[in-house]
Order: sequence, then structure tokens, then C-alpha cells
Amino acid sequence: MTAQKITIEPVTRIEGHAKVTIHMKEDNTVDHAYMHVNEFRGFEKFCEGRLYFEMPQITARICGICPVSHHLAAAKAGDAITGQTPPRPANLLRELMHMGQVIQSHGMHFFELAGPDLLLGFDAAPEIRSVVGLIGANPELTIKAVNLRKFGQEIIKTLGGRRLHPVFAVPGGVNKALTKAERDNILTGADAAIETLQLGLKIMKDWAEKNMEDIKKFAVFPTGYFGLTTPENGLELYNGDIRLIDSQGVEMERFQAANYLDYIQEHVEPWSYLKFPFYKKMGYPGGVYRVGPLGRLNLAQKIDTPLANEELKIFKSLNSGKPVENTLYYHYARLIEALFAVERACMLCEDPDILSTEILNTRKNYTGHGVGVLEAPRGTLIHDYTADENGKLLKVNLIVSTGHNNWAMSNAVDSVAKTYVKGPQIHEGMLNRVEAAIRAYDPCLSCSTHAVGQMPIQVEVLNPDGSLRQTLTRD
Amino acid sequence: MSLLDMDERILKIVELADLRSSPITDLKEPDESGVDVGVLEGGINNSANEEVARKMRSRAKILVALGDCAVFGGVPAMRNFCGVEAALQRAYVDAESNEPGSEIPNDPELATMTKTRAIHEVVPVDYNVPGCPPDADVIFYVLSELAQGRKPELKNNLLHWD
Ligand code: SF4
Repeated sequence: MTAQKITIEPVTRIEGHAKVTIHMKEDNTVDHAYMHVNEFRGFEKFCEGRLYFEMPQITARICGICPVSHHLAAAKAGDAITGQTPPRPANLLRELMHMGQVIQSHGMHFFELAGPDLLLGFDAAPEIRSVVGLIGANPELTIKAVNLRKFGQEIIKTLGGRRLHPVFAVPGGVNKALTKAERDNILTGADAAIETLQLGLKIMKDWAEKNMEDIKKFAVFPTGYFGLTTPENGLELYNGDIRLIDSQGVEMERFQAANYLDYIQEHVEPWSYLKFPFYKKMGYPGGVYRVGPLGRLNLAQKIDTPLANEELKIFKSLNSGKPVENTLYYHYARLIEALFAVERACMLCEDPDILSTEILNTRKNYTGHGVGVLEAPRGTLIHDYTADENGKLLKVNLIVSTGHNNWAMSNAVDSVAKTYVKGPQIHEGMLNRVEAAIRAYDPCLSCSTHAVGQMPIQVEVLNPDGSLRQTLTRD
Repeated sequence: MSLLDMDERILKIVELADLRSSPITDLKEPDESGVDVGVLEGGINNSANEEVARKMRSRAKILVALGDCAVFGGVPAMRNFCGVEAALQRAYVDAESNEPGSEIPNDPELATMTKTRAIHEVVPVDYNVPGCPPDADVIFYVLSELAQGRKPELKNNLLHWD
């Protein structure tokens, strides 16, 4: 029945446009490699002059995978601008939507974007090394993965009317309560979602056992780790203070998210539109840290849901309680977080306040400044707005999840290129591993540069004299 | 990525058509020998986007612009009001979180930013599918019609502008 070919730009298994350049030495080994990001949109500037309450809708357009993160961070910044603290039920509902997003984003990444490397192999033919190949190789698993993503997306749609770019959170709360029938409907899907994630964890563990050699030499390096935390240092994705630990797991800072400017700064390189955040006191690049699933599990001393907490204990034993440094374990950490998100969604649904209609605080205490921070699937997301007395925005600053991992991704690319890329014949599987180093971080480069659309990672191999030796194309 | 929102119907599309390069598959470019249908998402706001659009146009018999950004520029076209220079200045020089002394990235390897345009302003488009993003039902309808050699017609419930 294969009647026609369909090509869909943008390309391949990450969100956004990155380019990798690999410089070779005379002896056909790698001199150095790095990743540059080739997109820029300018939301910080063009949102000036808009009204603060438009931001949950405008900034959602930064990202096609996790618009909910921007939607909610913008609403949180809005809460602070007008001094409208949302009532408890509104916070529960926002968090529930956020869990839906974590489930769909993490689930999609493991099974549909990165999974094919693990399930079909880094060296599998590019024609099949994707969800399309997975459909052929394991249709049953693919259906489960599709349903897992659907479970998360439907939570978002139930609350916000649509799967992408929902209309839900507003400064002071949310615009729609949850009905009992809707709540019950969410709960019916939870068991299957948990089962699929446990299957994913089993796949991951089996894979790790068989590929331990790769895991141990694939971009393993020390950094700090950064993210939100509960008061008892538990895993937290929606609210809380920020914690920063060093490569040994020792706490260096703990601060209110709104004070981020006192602790971090962004470095700019001429060769990338993506900035490089770092811990101010240690400077760049000494103060680089990692965020996202691996970073958060390294920060967390426990998880407040039973199944995920058991998995966390196993995860912690990988490096005897010290931070886990292996880039490939991002995939593992992602699954544990998704499991947490399903359990947490159930807890929220069972909370007596979740069906309350007290969802909006209309009393204002206008301040004109607000910082909204949460843990997007890919890491800490910061929206910082300043408005005039009419609510018109004067200044917008955004630090997006993927940005925090910029140094780490570039370093991972360098490390993997040096380990796996060797001449004279450079074959596709080697270069796919280099891409996989980026893919492990699940970057959303359209987010991080607020870029238009999504485009491929392009890999270029250069000779010692700088001339082009090889470009990775796959047609 | 909205492709994946077709859920299990993605299996149907894979059955009807041979999915080549896409955000969820691993081929980097449309086949040189040409493809029947090319789909572009997102507007065009720099020199690299422009190249992608031209290449896709030259290799695809039918070109589909998918989503508001591709159809008329969408939210990112708001940049046209302040201009590229001001936007770059704010992001890389003036932002409160920047290291003092930061400058706008200017490596010649980097794409040059341009005005944000719809796809049809750069290359001819055969089908414009609006929506931000278009509904999964709409994407499925358009792709499955094209895959079966029919002309998709967007009307009634299939035509949303949101
Ligand atoms: S979902 Fe909306 S903002 Fe994102 S690419 Fe499509 S049309 Fe543009």
C-alpha cells in the first residue's frame, strides 16, 4: 500500500535547529567538536508593550512540545505582577495540567524520539531508526507509547480545551473548574500509563545492562545540578525554592526562585544563538550545571510518591548516592519522573479540593513585577516581567530550560565525538552517536532560542586545515 | 511534532505513505529524487529557513504549509514590529541576566536573521492549513487525502483559525 512519499520538514528527533561541527586531526581522530544553535526569535523584545495577561497565550507559542510550561510560568509571573495569589484549588489544577505535560513530553521522548536508538540500535539504518521503524518492529509497544502520550495530552485538553496551546491559567488562578466526570475519566487511564512506564523502565534497565560499556564511556562528566526542590529536598516540578548542588552532591545554594539574578548569569558565545547560563560565584565555565531529569534526580533526596520513590532508590545506587554523571542515564531519569508525574496526577485528582469551583482570586495588590518559575520537562524555566502601572510590559527576560544545559550538550558532543568518531572511514552510526549525545538532553531548541519551527541537527566534519570533509546527510 | 497528536492514526499514515524526513524520523532532507508531498511548519525568519523552504519546494510536487506560522507568520511575526536589530540587542546585550560586555553572536557560520515571513511569501504553496496548531483531525485529513492522491478541501469543521 506504500503509494506516496511524504516529506515533512523539520527534521530529526529533537525539537529545534542545531548544528554540530567536528574538527578532525591529521591522524584521523577528533580534535574538538561543538554544537551551535542557529535560531533566534526575539520574544523578549517583541513582547514589550503587550499586556501582562496576554503572556500565557503568547509565550506558549515559543514551544510546540511543552507550551504548557510557558503558559503556566507566564501565569505565575502574572500572579506576582498583580499580587493575586491563586486559591489552593487553582494551584492544584495548574499542577495537574503540568503533570499531563510532563507525562506526554517524557513519554514521547523516551519511546518515540530517543527510544529508537535504544530499541533499534545506534547503527540501525536511518530509514527505520525512528518511530516508523518502531511501528514495524514492535507495534504493540508503539501503541502503548502512543496511548501514554495521549493520556498526558488528554489531561491538558480536559483542563484547557486543547492539547497544544491551551487556554486555562490566568493571573490569579484558572478559568475553568474540573468536573467529577472529567476527574474520574483521568483516573481511569492512570493504571495503563503506569504499566507502560514500568515497561519502559524495564526496557531501559535491560538495555543498560547490555550496554554498560557505552554508558560508562558516553559523555560522563562532572557538573553542578540545579532545579526546584520541596522543603525536604524532594522532587518538585511546579513550586518551591531553587537548589544548586556541586558535582559531589553538596548544597551550594538554596534560594527563592524570584531572586535568580543574584545567583546565575548568562554567557554569550559569538558562534551560537543559545546563551550559556552559569552559577555567578564560580564564573563561566567553572560554574556550569545541568538541569532536567538527570539534574533533578541528582538533587532529589526522595520522591513523594511510592512507586517513583522506589525507582529513585535504585537510581541513587548507580553511583553510590553521589550524583549520576552519565549522559545516557538522562533517559532513565526521564522515565522515573514520568512515573512520578502519573502518580502525582492521581494524588491531585484525589485531593478533596480538586473539584472546588474556587479557582480565581480577583483581589489585586498590584506590584508591577513578577517572576514565574517552574520545572519544565527539560529543566528550570524562568519568566521575568516588569510592567508599568497600566499593565503594559516594559521588560521581559526569559531563561529557558534547554539553555541551562547548553554547555553540557556541547561538552557531551565533544566527548562522544572523541570517543566514537575515528577515520579514515567515518560512518553514519558514529555520527548518530554524536547526535544521540544531544538527544539525551531532549533539547527543545525552538524553545531555547525561541526559534521558528524545528529543524535538523546538521553534522559537519572538518579537516585539520578547516576545509569541509563530510556533512551528514541522509538521503 | 503535532504529527504525533494523530495518536494511533499515525500508524495509518505510515501505512498509506512512506514517511521520509520529518521531526520524528531520521532522514535529514527530502529525497533528492523528489517526494510527492512536502510539509513545512513554521514561518521563515532567517537565511537558513529560506534555504530549507527552497529545497523543499524544488523537491516536492505538492507543498503544504502547516500551521499559522507557516500560513501567515503567526506569533513570531510580531518581531517585525520591533525589527531584528532591536530584538538581538535586547536578548544578547541588554538582558538583565547577561554577563556584562556580552555581544550579539556574529559568527559567519550562523544564519542571518531576516524579517519573519509566511512560506508563500518565499515560495509558492499548494495548500495552506491554518490553526495554531491545526487540529490533529485536520492534519490527518490533509495527509491521508494527499497520500491517496486526492485533493483535500478544508471547510466547515476542518477550518479553524486558532
Ligand atoms: S503550533 Fe502555532 S506557534 Fe507553533 S509552529 Fe504551529 S502555528 Fe506556529
